[in-house]
Amino acid sequence: MSLYLFLTLAILTIISALAVVFSKNPMYSVLWLIVCFFTIAGHYVLLNAQFLAIVHLIVYAGAIMVLFLFVVMLLNLNADTEPHKSNLSKIASAIAAGLFFVVLIASMRATELGEFNLPNKTNIGFVEEVGKKLFTDFLLPFEISSVLFLSAMIGSVLLAKKEKK
Amino acid sequence: MDWALLLDKTILIVIIFAVSLGIAAYSTYGERKIAAFLQDRVGPDRAGPFGLLQPIADGVKMFTKEEIIPNASDKFLFIVGPCIFMMTALMTSAIIPWGKSFNFGGHEFGLQVADLNVGLLYLFAVISIGGYGIMIGGWASNNKFALLGALRAASQMISYELAMGMSIVALLLINNSLSLREIVDGQAGDGNVWNVVRQPIGFLIFLICAFAECNRAPFDLPESESELIGGYHTEFSSMKLGLFLFAEYINMFISSAIIASLYFGGYHFPGIDSLDLPQNIAAIVSIAVLFAKILFFIFFFMWVRWTLPRFRYDQLMNLGWKILIPLSIVNVLVTGAWITFFK
Amino acid sequence: MHGLLSLNNQNTPNTKTESTMQLTNRSKVVVKHDLNWVEKLYLPAIFSGLAITIKHLFKKSATVRYPEEKREIASVYRGQHVLKRDDKGRENCTACGLCAVACPAEAISIEAAERKKGEENLYREEKYAAKYEINMLRCIYCGLCEDACPKDAIYLSDRIVPTAFTRGNFIYGKDILVEGIDASGRVDVSKRKKNYEMEGSPKQPLLNK
Repeated sequence: MSLYLFLTLAILTIISALAVVFSKNPMYSVLWLIVCFFTIAGHYVLLNAQFLAIVHLIVYAGAIMVLFLFVVMLLNLNADTEPHKSNLSKIASAIAAGLFFVVLIASMRATELGEFNLPNKTNIGFVEEVGKKLFTDFLLPFEISSVLFLSAMIGSVLLAKKEKK
Repeated sequence: MDWALLLDKTILIVIIFAVSLGIAAYSTYGERKIAAFLQDRVGPDRAGPFGLLQPIADGVKMFTKEEIIPNASDKFLFIVGPCIFMMTALMTSAIIPWGKSFNFGGHEFGLQVADLNVGLLYLFAVISIGGYGIMIGGWASNNKFALLGALRAASQMISYELAMGMSIVALLLINNSLSLREIVDGQAGDGNVWNVVRQPIGFLIFLICAFAECNRAPFDLPESESELIGGYHTEFSSMKLGLFLFAEYINMFISSAIIASLYFGGYHFPGIDSLDLPQNIAAIVSIAVLFAKILFFIFFFMWVRWTLPRFRYDQLMNLGWKILIPLSIVNVLVTGAWITFFK
Repeated sequence: MHGLLSLNNQNTPNTKTESTMQLTNRSKVVVKHDLNWVEKLYLPAIFSGLAITIKHLFKKSATVRYPEEKREIASVYRGQHVLKRDDKGRENCTACGLCAVACPAEAISIEAAERKKGEENLYREEKYAAKYEINMLRCIYCGLCEDACPKDAIYLSDRIVPTAFTRGNFIYGKDILVEGIDASGRVDVSKRKKNYEMEGSPKQPLLNK
């Protein structure tokens, strides 16, 4: 049962992720990305990590993608406002992406596929467990990431502040 | 999969859908009646006795109106927008415990669709997705007023979600659970009081944010008829407009239910346990108690709407970011300190 | 309302200055002061607002449900015209044309005809109006036709002119204007008549006073 669910979700994830890339309209790209996030949240639920799934939805699908949508909505999506790309930059980007692809394939070939077992019922994804882990084993990374957020906040405030003349 | 459980839940979901649609329909009637009474008028009284058939007449009108999809709109998203809004409005009702469970000859019939251990977070996830309905609908209309309304709605929802979440955090500190049923049950019994007594400031913040999340007056800027000709649903007609308007009333019903559950003891009432009723009757009484609370809050929503004028947009943002969020953070700190030192 | 006004009267400081003339002493000087911290919370103001609206929930509504319930119309109200008949059911109008001349909006048009033998029960005098039309879109309901009429024939009744879908439907002919013969068709204009009979009959037009 859960294997079929996993397969369906995985296929949906890949389809939606591809649709993000191949959509002509940036609006649709964003919406496909939201669908992708939903399917990933589905994976979390399969792993019995409901807290992570919901937080993933709230933070990514609920907040960050709304901001993406904001930007895309306010863009002027006419063809003639597209910046002109020179052939040189096209070739350069094609080569760079191709090299990256080669590296990816090489690393994939090198990895050995392990056995995947869906974990049995654990409470690892529940709020209480996550909280305990965060505040005991992973206290330092947790606090450091909060410093990161703080610096991001200060940065945005600085950017938004009016310059004094 | 337990088939009996599946059947139970299906029946419950169908009932809840029917009830929320019915209540939403009669909220439109109630809104007009209450508006009329508060303004010394009579309100709709032509369709049926006391105008009670008015919602049906409105529904028929909505369905038979011409369906217009603007030429320059994004036709697919134009249809998807109202659907998402309606869907998310209906989805929230899944985690609300509607009452104590029935017992039909040994078969327990619970009155909650899903008792998620992350219930409250689920609520927030669904609310935050609800904003997409408005944004997509507004953008797809290809109309500047609709787009402005959509942007207003989205930024308003994001801003007030933060304060709402913070006010909930303080509540969770006290209740030690994210499950709505446990929160409700934690407010009953010996030595327990309603959360509104323990968290008055949190309740106030939550209430204000609930108004903002539902796009209700005085926070109805996304619609603001006078400035944006209806905001995000300017271009919508027929039942697609109906879905938007209807979902707003469903949202109001659900948020009333959540306010009642989180802060006013849900289906509990002081002294309800001491009556020692048989289980099925106790279940009916608990449903009645919850609905009485819900109806009061729906009335309160309307009462406020017909009392307060609309905010200006900068006032709305000031209230959200500069007053409610700091206040809710202080509330969390005070609650945390109280739990640490006095419990 | 009166209470409010009298309250203002008492509280009004003596604001008479040399430069401005005051017609009433109801005006109040508005002083804008900074809000203190209680007022800045806005909550007391919100609650007092809620209290005011909830009071109105228990007040009697001011609505008059029109078609079923009709408001008393003032005796001087000027509504749809009526061409009167006398006690025997004969039309009073003799097509003298004074009403058409008096009409400032030129809404009335009349065609006269001579009464034939055998029509004595229809028309009171030898001449009568074969056609009598009032264009209700032009009419300004001033009532000058009523004043001008020497034969007690035209009155403005207290009926409200209904709406119509075309302009043509607003030109009222004799079929609409003349009152019916039987008692149910009669239009009561006694209220209007009173205005003219205030200082003894025969009728004296109001305008001459």
